[in-house]
Amino acid sequence: MSRAQGLSRKMSKAQKNEAIWGLAFVMPTMIGLIVLNFYPIFYTIYQSFCRTGDFGRGNVFIGLTNYVNVLTGGEFWGSLLNTVKYAIIEVPFSLVLALLLAVFLNRKIAFRGGYRTIFFLPMVCAPAAVAMVWKFLYNQNFGLLNNLFGTDIAWISDPNIAWIAIGIIGVWSIVGYNMILFLSGLQEIPHDYYEAADIDGATGIRQFFYITVPLLSPTTFFILQTRIIGALQIFDLVYMVMDETNQALSSVQSVVYLFYKYAFTNGDRGYGAAIVVSMLVIIMIITFVLQKSEKKWVFYN
Amino acid sequence: MDSYTMKKRLTQTLIHIILILVSITMIVPFAWMLLTSFKTISEASSIDPFIIFPADWAGGVENFVNVWKSYNFLYLYGNTLLMIFWRVVCAVLTATMAGYAFGRLNFPLKNALFSLVLIQMMVPGQIFIIPQYVMVSNLGMMNTMFALVFPGMVTAFGTFLLKTGYQGLPRDLEEAAAIDGCNIGQRFLFIMAPLTRSSMVSLGIMTAVFAYKDLMWPMIVCTNATSTTLSAALSKMQGQYSSNYPQMMAAALMACLPMIVLYLCFQKQFVQGIATSGGKL
Repeated sequence: MSRAQGLSRKMSKAQKNEAIWGLAFVMPTMIGLIVLNFYPIFYTIYQSFCRTGDFGRGNVFIGLTNYVNVLTGGEFWGSLLNTVKYAIIEVPFSLVLALLLAVFLNRKIAFRGGYRTIFFLPMVCAPAAVAMVWKFLYNQNFGLLNNLFGTDIAWISDPNIAWIAIGIIGVWSIVGYNMILFLSGLQEIPHDYYEAADIDGATGIRQFFYITVPLLSPTTFFILQTRIIGALQIFDLVYMVMDETNQALSSVQSVVYLFYKYAFTNGDRGYGAAIVVSMLVIIMIITFVLQKSEKKWVFYN
Repeated sequence: MDSYTMKKRLTQTLIHIILILVSITMIVPFAWMLLTSFKTISEASSIDPFIIFPADWAGGVENFVNVWKSYNFLYLYGNTLLMIFWRVVCAVLTATMAGYAFGRLNFPLKNALFSLVLIQMMVPGQIFIIPQYVMVSNLGMMNTMFALVFPGMVTAFGTFLLKTGYQGLPRDLEEAAAIDGCNIGQRFLFIMAPLTRSSMVSLGIMTAVFAYKDLMWPMIVCTNATSTTLSAALSKMQGQYSSNYPQMMAAALMACLPMIVLYLCFQKQFVQGIATSGGKL
């Protein structure tokens, strides 16, 4: 009896000890998350109901006015459309190309490592620098692209083309990253599936569509989801490539670009907050829809 | 059999052709950046003839010298390096501790606290920026190293990553240490933490590359030419140097080169580290 009691007290002492250590270890991270992330979420939402006071000081509560302005003015929806257009270029092209490259590099092929190194290279470069280089390549008069192909395209100042030009930079930047994720997905597909298909006489292309594509669908889904959400937050390329005086700016500026412009260039933080909260809601809806659709087309063993 | 090997060889050749074409597309912007950075302005903007190679490579060095001086590249390198250093130290330290606790220990509110970590990972980062800016501004910390490091002091994703790492380790190691009289702190420091080195390296590389690439935050909090980072400085250069392409390319090259060299030296770790970030970059 007394021994059992002693044991239980000892257990609880050990548990208490463990609880103290556990709480102490998570303390820095939790304080940081609350100060840097959770308080800001509520603050941003509060801010979106306010007008920034005169001289950029204080907040004046103005109710839903910012949201009415954001959602009824054309600029937000225009920038959302631009962002979606960018995503429609970046996501499908970078995914398909990356899958193709990954399938090629998953074979026994010479210079595999070399190719991989080259394709991944843009991932370690600052987007600001990448955008500067591409802006020069796109230059209408003395840019490499027009001189190489003998064309005279206004790559970044023609409103009908500029969003495609930005999308191309996006594909170029991200394709190697998607490829690496596809490669690790491919390596998880058991080799005997392909051996069995070989014996049955299935060609490489049939094997690709009947084995690789369905078995890779969890990886594809993961990449698709992260890339869609990533593409919707595009900022760096747009900001660096499009000058403020560029006539095509209004047909390229993204939601985050608009947020930055209002919150920090114009100093209207309430309006900026309303933009970013609206974007949060849209991204949450898209995430939810994607999660719901997952079961329909993702194939799990 | 012969036609089979023929066909196989043909496929191999076709694959190589595609891979080489893509490789060229990937390399051309870098090559053009390098070539242009050594040209004179008139060479870079000449159309007829269209000039590919600079005539005077040694003379092109002047572009780098000029950009280095007028944009205080010494400060830019120093600031970027210090920001990366502090962010990596903070991220790895806090995430290792929290990851160990979440992965290995039982304590009150564990699940509730961990769900905060998961929620933070799902929220787009732009929503934090205005209040973070207001805090830095109210603290009077604009244009300081503190401002650059501030949003990266803790990491939800890193905590998640390290937690997964700790969960994968065998139980008996820790039990043996407990029997030997090690307390939880000693077990963490001397036994468990060293075993998650690969997760720590991944987190460190991911943090470093993310900090290096970030553009918006340094543009907001560090507006002085001597307190900002490489990325943010490039954004300022655009307006002022808009026609001097050789100097702009020299600046872009100088901004990219250190990370490219590091990547070529530690390729395996870089690829793995960035890949585990799961699209957070």
